[in-house]
Amino acid sequence: MSELISTLQYYFSYPFVRYAMIVGLLVALCASLLGVTLVLKRFSFIGDGLSHVAFGAMAAAAVTGITDRMIIIMPVTVLSAVLLLRTGKNTKIKGDASIAMISVSALAIGYILMNVFPVSSNISADVCGSLFGSTSILNLKSGDVWLCFIMSAIVLIFFTLFYNKIFSVTFDESFSKATGINSDLYNLMIAVVTAVIIVIAMNLVGSLLISALIIFPALSAMRLFKSFKSVTICAAIISVVCAGLGIILSILLSTPVGATIVAADLAAFLVFSGISTVCARK
Amino acid sequence: MSEQIICKNAALGYEDGIVTEGLNFTVNSGDYLCILGENGSGKSTLIKALLGLKPQISGEIKWCGGFSAKDIGYLPQQTPVQRDFPASVREVVLSGCLSKMGFFPFYRAAEKKLAKDTMKQLGIESLENKCYRELSGGQQQRVLLARALCAASRMLLLDEPVTGLDPHAQTELYELVAKLNKSGISIIMVSHDIASAVKYASHILHISKKQLFFGKTSDYLNSPVGKKYIEGWGNENE
Ligand SMILES: Nc1ncnc2c1ncn2[C@@H]1O[C@H](COP(=O)(O)OP(=O)(O)O)[C@@H](O)[C@H]1O
Ligand SMILES: [Mg+2]
Repeated sequence: MSELISTLQYYFSYPFVRYAMIVGLLVALCASLLGVTLVLKRFSFIGDGLSHVAFGAMAAAAVTGITDRMIIIMPVTVLSAVLLLRTGKNTKIKGDASIAMISVSALAIGYILMNVFPVSSNISADVCGSLFGSTSILNLKSGDVWLCFIMSAIVLIFFTLFYNKIFSVTFDESFSKATGINSDLYNLMIAVVTAVIIVIAMNLVGSLLISALIIFPALSAMRLFKSFKSVTICAAIISVVCAGLGIILSILLSTPVGATIVAADLAAFLVFSGISTVCARK
Repeated sequence: MSEQIICKNAALGYEDGIVTEGLNFTVNSGDYLCILGENGSGKSTLIKALLGLKPQISGEIKWCGGFSAKDIGYLPQQTPVQRDFPASVREVVLSGCLSKMGFFPFYRAAEKKLAKDTMKQLGIESLENKCYRELSGGQQQRVLLARALCAASRMLLLDEPVTGLDPHAQTELYELVAKLNKSGISIIMVSHDIASAVKYASHILHISKKQLFFGKTSDYLNSPVGKKYIEGWGNENE
């Protein structure tokens, strides 16, 4: 036991490990808060689509050689989020199809770009890194941490200030609209914030595993809790605990960070499902 | 008596065609308008058009006198809430108060009291912390009605509000709505219950493919449309 603790102490003496922990917890918190709304609005697919768009944008940014890749990734992802939400509302099936189409295209184009204009000699490691985030979280600079800190703060403030309206718009959009709540504005804000979180989270778990970070805590919480507030709080706690646990385990077992976090989320989901089944049987 | 809604020669429908047309009527403040018509005649569509949720195909629907969506309460006919939506009764009822709050983010004491009083009024205070989706149909209807009442400060639109309520609760609901109407809130109600419609409403709008009648309830009872409908309804229920 003391050996474990001293190993952890050793690792946490490195700033990049501390950065990874801070960023990991913040991103997990933001993703889970938004996840509740996205899951309930049946928009969880959007997380997946957007993460692929962000991957494509990142590849394009790498090719252009810009040092600050966020300048390209962020606007492209936000724009796609807005477009996807718009089409998703008009006709259900078309919305689904367009998400799949956009996400696969972005993935393919990103991969082509990475191959045609290789930035480093090891393309497959590059691709693997961006998709599964295996290395990037351990390469964070203090600037990245600050950026992540500020964006998380914005997300948290947004979520706290508009919590009640988000509930209303999610629960019954036509009632909100009929009683003069600007539901289009809130949907737009939800789309933008989703895009922002996905871009931040890409550094952490990579673009493939982001949807897991968004979906799992919400689904786990919904197994046991039955009010919007308790589900939101529980999802946030599950997500933060799993992220912390995942990072620590990945250090101790030398497993990939992103995948370990998702495995922890999956374990939490199974535990919560088990408890809810046992409770239902009583 | 000031005009709140003016509907001029409006036609309503969906992509696949017109549902009802030639709608001409006015709602003044303090009116109690009952909308009658067969199933599928476009009553719910009309309510949605009045609320601005479904734009009309042609014609004009105008809101007058500084009257806006923030003054309205709405009870939808069906709320397509997903089966797994986590929401407590209290959260649903409170969400009716949101339109009054503008950009202020949290519920204040006034809103909490309004929600509590409304729940008491409708006899659902004991359900406060229950999960909305686990209630019976009639209980859910009351919760949504409580939400609508919290939102209504000048007008209340109800789309078949008594569906799923037992006869005693139906009478209570009609009395409650009548009381609200006396306190100055305009009512627009879609109903199949013609006996209650003519008992409580000040005006009747009867629609089918076209508008069949609009006017005072007493005139409706003497009109050919009204006589025929009441007779038909009587036969159906014998
Ligand atoms: N979303 C929709 N898209 C297309 N047609 C619809 C839609 N909703 C209702 N309709 C059609 O419009 C007509 C009127 O419906 P509705 O207004 O719900 O009738 P009512 O409330 O009077 O029973 C029906 O024929 C129905 O099939
Ligand atoms: Mg209807």
